[in-house]
Amino acid sequence: MNAPMTFGNDNPGSGTRERLVVIGNGMAGCRAVEEILARDPGRYSIAIFGAEPRVNYNRIMLSPVLAGEKAFDDIVINTAEWYEENGIELISGDPVDQIDRATQTVIARSGRVEPYDRLLIATGSDPFIIPVPGSKLPGVVTFRDLDDVDKMLAAADKGGNAVVIGGGLLGLEAAHGLNLRGMAVTVIHLMPTLMERQLDEAAGYLLKTELESRGQVILTGADTAEIVEKDGHVAGVKLKDGREIPADIVVMAVGIRPATALAKAAGLEVERGIMVDDHMITSDPAIMAVGECVQHRGTCYGLVAPLWDMCRALADHATDSPSGYEGSVTSTKLKVSGIDLFSAGDFSGGDGAEDIVMRDAARGIYKRVIVKDDKLVGAVLYGDTADGSWYFDLLKKGEDVSDIRDALIFGQAFASGGALADPNAAVAALSDDAEICGCNGVSKGTVVKTIQGGACSLDAVRSQCKASASCGSCTGLVESLLKITLGDDIQSGPKTVCKCTSFSHDDVRRLILEKELKAIPQVMQELHWTTPDGCSSCRPALNYYLLCAWPGEYVDDQKSRFVNERMHANIQKDGTYSVVPRMWGGLTNPKELRAIADVVEKYNAPMVKVTGGQRLDIFGIKKEDLPAVWADLNAAGMVSGHAYGKSLRTVKTCVGSEWCRFGTQDSTGLGVKLEQMTWGSWMPHKFKIAVSGCPRNCAEATIKDFGVVCVDSGYELHVGGNGGIKVRATDLLCKVATEQEAMDVCAAFTQLYREQAWYLERTAPWIERVGLDHVKQGLFDDPEAVAKLAARFRYSQQFMQDDPWAKRAAGEDAELHQHLAEVRPLEFAQ
Amino acid sequence: MIGDWLDIGPTDQIAPGNARTLPVRGGEEIAVFHTMDNQFYALVNKCPHKQGPLSQGIVHGNVVTCPLHNWNISLKTGEALGDDEGCVPTIPLKVDAGRIYLLREAVVAKRAAVAKAA
Repeated sequence: MNAPMTFGNDNPGSGTRERLVVIGNGMAGCRAVEEILARDPGRYSIAIFGAEPRVNYNRIMLSPVLAGEKAFDDIVINTAEWYEENGIELISGDPVDQIDRATQTVIARSGRVEPYDRLLIATGSDPFIIPVPGSKLPGVVTFRDLDDVDKMLAAADKGGNAVVIGGGLLGLEAAHGLNLRGMAVTVIHLMPTLMERQLDEAAGYLLKTELESRGQVILTGADTAEIVEKDGHVAGVKLKDGREIPADIVVMAVGIRPATALAKAAGLEVERGIMVDDHMITSDPAIMAVGECVQHRGTCYGLVAPLWDMCRALADHATDSPSGYEGSVTSTKLKVSGIDLFSAGDFSGGDGAEDIVMRDAARGIYKRVIVKDDKLVGAVLYGDTADGSWYFDLLKKGEDVSDIRDALIFGQAFASGGALADPNAAVAALSDDAEICGCNGVSKGTVVKTIQGGACSLDAVRSQCKASASCGSCTGLVESLLKITLGDDIQSGPKTVCKCTSFSHDDVRRLILEKELKAIPQVMQELHWTTPDGCSSCRPALNYYLLCAWPGEYVDDQKSRFVNERMHANIQKDGTYSVVPRMWGGLTNPKELRAIADVVEKYNAPMVKVTGGQRLDIFGIKKEDLPAVWADLNAAGMVSGHAYGKSLRTVKTCVGSEWCRFGTQDSTGLGVKLEQMTWGSWMPHKFKIAVSGCPRNCAEATIKDFGVVCVDSGYELHVGGNGGIKVRATDLLCKVATEQEAMDVCAAFTQLYREQAWYLERTAPWIERVGLDHVKQGLFDDPEAVAKLAARFRYSQQFMQDDPWAKRAAGEDAELHQHLAEVRPLEFAQ
Repeated sequence: MIGDWLDIGPTDQIAPGNARTLPVRGGEEIAVFHTMDNQFYALVNKCPHKQGPLSQGIVHGNVVTCPLHNWNISLKTGEALGDDEGCVPTIPLKVDAGRIYLLREAVVAKRAAVAKAA
């Protein structure tokens, strides 16, 4: 350890000046001193204790030092000369161990006793170490001071693997620095979104993609189990899901805690931080505190900006002209070169809050501002942060933005343009040769001519001159031109997926494939969604479209599914669930029936009913009992019946040629085979199949999505039937001679429906919309089509035919079934 | 002494975009939500329409869509949005040092009403 260094005044107690002792030679302590000196340089004789053996430096610039963009000398705030010139005694490398409030002295580790008239605590914060096995191993470092940076630089010199635990501001800056220094970096983050305190899901997604493109591995939703040791040094990090990531150095950057130990030991009032009033006075009037160690009006700050405001209030008070600190609105910028990211204020929305979102996929821009009661309350910017300070200013001042609301998202230059604050007026002011659509090179003049030539809807403009037909980022401009040119005569285009987008279902499905979009936030960004995280209409639709487009690759997003598909059971009006085990082709046996009977008794199910699809439905099961019910049914060989899903429901059969005197084919056998082929597949909507053994059609195959009617010479295949609100009899698709052909056409038709229908569109309205001929062309024009579609269906099925009940019964997603806790007020405790 | 705030556990028990439930003996079950924007809210777990369990709905922005009939309920105010009318009680909630706290008197308020009625 370095010997204590002393600068400055050799005779500190001299004169009649009050003695001010500062604990902490960091940014807060020194800034407070600077502020006091600026007001009344002769007022105090000052001593500063610092734990680190060096002068005051700008801690937030450690990231650029690590990244090699700055040297230590560049980030020094107060040099040795500053202390000397201002007569400040710096006792560095000698931390204060005790405050004795009775004698008004502090005692340093060296034994030095220093009296004070006023004391300022500016101890900052300590990095939080997650208490996992191995957290104290050599090679595990935090990211707080220059010593930490030195350790990281030493590790980087040897190369190898670095793991950063924590995907917040500090963690990502550490990862960036180590990555630039040539290490292979993996970031482990507990939450599903990076920097979740500052960013919403959309911006977090863009950031993750950008960092991954720079070679970092980002593992979100990853929980550290332990730090692995080899030969007394860190060797890797093991996650709770069993994955192990090799590491030569592990940086813990999961958060900070106010350093309050000293204050607590001295008997000052401490909650999360040292409690201070608006003048930064602690519970002892002779003691002040400032910076990250304090708690002011319930808030602890971990950013630098509030510190400046606190120090001003402190100095005002310490020089007898009290002003008062009222808390800070904070903003965040990530110091990673080449990534522009800004967030400020509250983006939780809320009552009366309105989101304004702008996305520009081509330029990788996402902007979101939140307006409430005509005031800007929050902003998240990614890719273009030029207007960050303008938004932050509007936010801090609480200015009324109602006049510029419509143009607010376009930024200061646009919104401040007076008459141009109306986006339509701004578009009207563009010259005729101004480019509207960059993708297809369409000018304003061309768009206006197209509209005047009869294109009265967005869709018509898209199809006739291609403006906004590709990436869609100019949709708003084209809509403005429609409005300017036609007034109220605009025709609405095809049905969009929902209010979050101007794209239709077909466009979204096509663009997912064309642009190889593989995650919901990516679709929302690339297709310019106008909301930050969609709605209850588009989230399930996108989840299905992605699942269908990228089988085996796309990871199902549970939170985008309706409750029944998340719980694998049907919710009932009282909040309980009904459970339908699969009975292949409607067949069952004593073992299954006994298991069902046992479940009904064991869980007091109030009702069991035979369904229209030839299954048994067990009612009144509580969500917490579902996994146990499934385990019991699994034990008897039964799996999920998917009676809850936009998926293959049931294959209904009649007894067929095996028993029936009229039966022409083995309809039960074919039904079982069809169900074994199609179960588990997710669809745009529910999908029902039936197989009747003769034209008497006891299985009611002609009101099913896919129906087989057996005849002597083979199989008639019917499609598009529905027995619901609007009864529709099937259309005859074709007739085939063999069971195998019937199976292949079933697989091909199912896949065509999966790939082409809109989400929540049954086969009946789908066929009425596109026409039976379209379906026949899709299946039969190309002689290979049936085989190709069936192959795609079977490929997808290999990832789908996995009993979801078995996984839940084994404990997966247990939190979906368990209460958080139970509240038992005292009188109910017995 | 019983504090004003009831500690119901760490924030990481509820993944973003999800909700969990908290039954109250003798009172109304509470749903605690975690939005994609990392905000937490608590409501009585009953849609004002037909008492559907809001905890099972899809969460988007600071809105939950009831699983029974797709009513959209504001997580912040408990009010039905759009053309629907109705309101479900909210329970004041705070997050402190990674833990979720509910205002005790709001949690047991319903219970008191039930007890009086009984």
